[in-house]
Amino acid sequence: MTVDLSLLPDGGVGWLDASGAHSDIVLSTRIRFARNVEGYAFTGRARDGERLRVLSQVREAIGTVSSLREAVMYRLDELPPTSRALLHERHLVSKELAGLDAQHPLRSGAAVFLADGLGVMVNEEDHLRLQSLRSGFALHEAYAAIDKLDRDLGARLPYSYHGEFGFLTACPTNVGTGMRGSVLIHLPGLVLTKEIGKVLNSLQQMGLTYRGLYGEGSEVVGNFFQISNQTTLGRSEEELLDQLLRVVGHVVEREAEARRVLLRDAGYIIEDKLWRAYGTLRYARSLTFEEAMNYLSGVRLAVGLKLISTLSVYTLNKLLIFSQAAHLAFAEGKALTESETNLARARYVRKALEQEAGSVG
Amino acid sequence: MLCETCHERDAVVHLTTIENNAVHQLHLCERCAAERGVETTLKTDKHPLGEFLHLVHQQVATAGGTSTDSMRCSFCNTTMADFRATGRWGCARCYSNFEAGIRELLRRVHGSHRHIGRSYRPPVSETLERQAVLGELKDRLRRAIESEQFELAADLRDRIRVME
Repeated sequence: MTVDLSLLPDGGVGWLDASGAHSDIVLSTRIRFARNVEGYAFTGRARDGERLRVLSQVREAIGTVSSLREAVMYRLDELPPTSRALLHERHLVSKELAGLDAQHPLRSGAAVFLADGLGVMVNEEDHLRLQSLRSGFALHEAYAAIDKLDRDLGARLPYSYHGEFGFLTACPTNVGTGMRGSVLIHLPGLVLTKEIGKVLNSLQQMGLTYRGLYGEGSEVVGNFFQISNQTTLGRSEEELLDQLLRVVGHVVEREAEARRVLLRDAGYIIEDKLWRAYGTLRYARSLTFEEAMNYLSGVRLAVGLKLISTLSVYTLNKLLIFSQAAHLAFAEGKALTESETNLARARYVRKALEQEAGSVG
Repeated sequence: MLCETCHERDAVVHLTTIENNAVHQLHLCERCAAERGVETTLKTDKHPLGEFLHLVHQQVATAGGTSTDSMRCSFCNTTMADFRATGRWGCARCYSNFEAGIRELLRRVHGSHRHIGRSYRPPVSETLERQAVLGELKDRLRRAIESEQFELAADLRDRIRVME
């Protein structure tokens, strides 16, 4: 059995459409709540049978929740690794749930429910990981959707909750609100002006943290950062969101300012650098993932600076997702070696840019 | 020479630090050095709980070690040693069973141990709710019969029949 992503509205990547605020700088906003169902050991400690019972209880409850009535369910434990990797590359499931993390092999009962902009992972580190995903910088919208989902689901399922500690989670870093808000942001201006160190340091002083494109443990590539709240306890959901909103808003302003400075003080150098990135993507015959990400970062900046006007942010967002290994293998219909993947990636990027080329330049 | 932190692997990094005008020498294996942020050739995943687990370790050590270490959660059998190894609790009950230690650790990790976000009340089970309503109806039926309110009693009896 393989995964049929056509069942999902927008293939589950509606958040790529660049329709949200500040979409030239902010790719997406995600909020997730960690919850556990009372009466069972947490996922890592639960037996196979317990996890399956959690799944069936969750499934029954989800059937009554209006925002998930149209949700599609995928049983990760019944999918081959290639399909699981596909879901992971689309940011729809975590590496742990997909069983792609060496430390956490695939678990029985691992499943995900996906609807438009909403998802529920079952039997991840916690029994439930609810998530809400929006295009651009949209913390309030993402929060409103997940809060409703959480209240509806919590009225059907008994969550583990402690009067003093709040919502209980397997890892103590998530306890309390169980909420992690994160904003996926592209900061090439701050990297090129070497301001990024200062900005990242100040994030930490403000109780925020940053990670790479794929969350915890992933490296920063292509100047993409995920900024999120570090703590989950001792402050209300609203306070945590306000803080994130304020600080990320400030980072967006700093990035915009850095881009203006670059263009003003180093105009032709930047222009040359970015066009070279475009040229490489347009004509290269083999591209590694890191190369593609770095050149895409350059081209994205060029589009943001309006140096390239006919290329859409949406196309660039899609390239980020569809030029990854599992997607390329899926498109080619067979398993690919590393060098075949690099060839397929260059071919895919070339074609996508060609289609939009028109009057580029 | 063995690593001074894990006492398992050979110490290959010799770290000299100066604190309060005193020189300290620390002999570490590559992995423990990397975990402390010393750049080595070894690539390690920085554990988000690294510092936290280190604190648990210290706390267990100061509390006399073995006594807390062998404590077991009555629901899922998780021990403090399991938590140290994985960084994860086994079930919701662990939070009550290891409460005192958890409170202190949460304070260190989050700067607070008190949840002030949204409060939550689990749904009342439908069976329990039905039983409560039935119990109340039966009480009222008994009282109605005692006070010879037969019309009311008949009505109550019908309602009970429907529910049963």
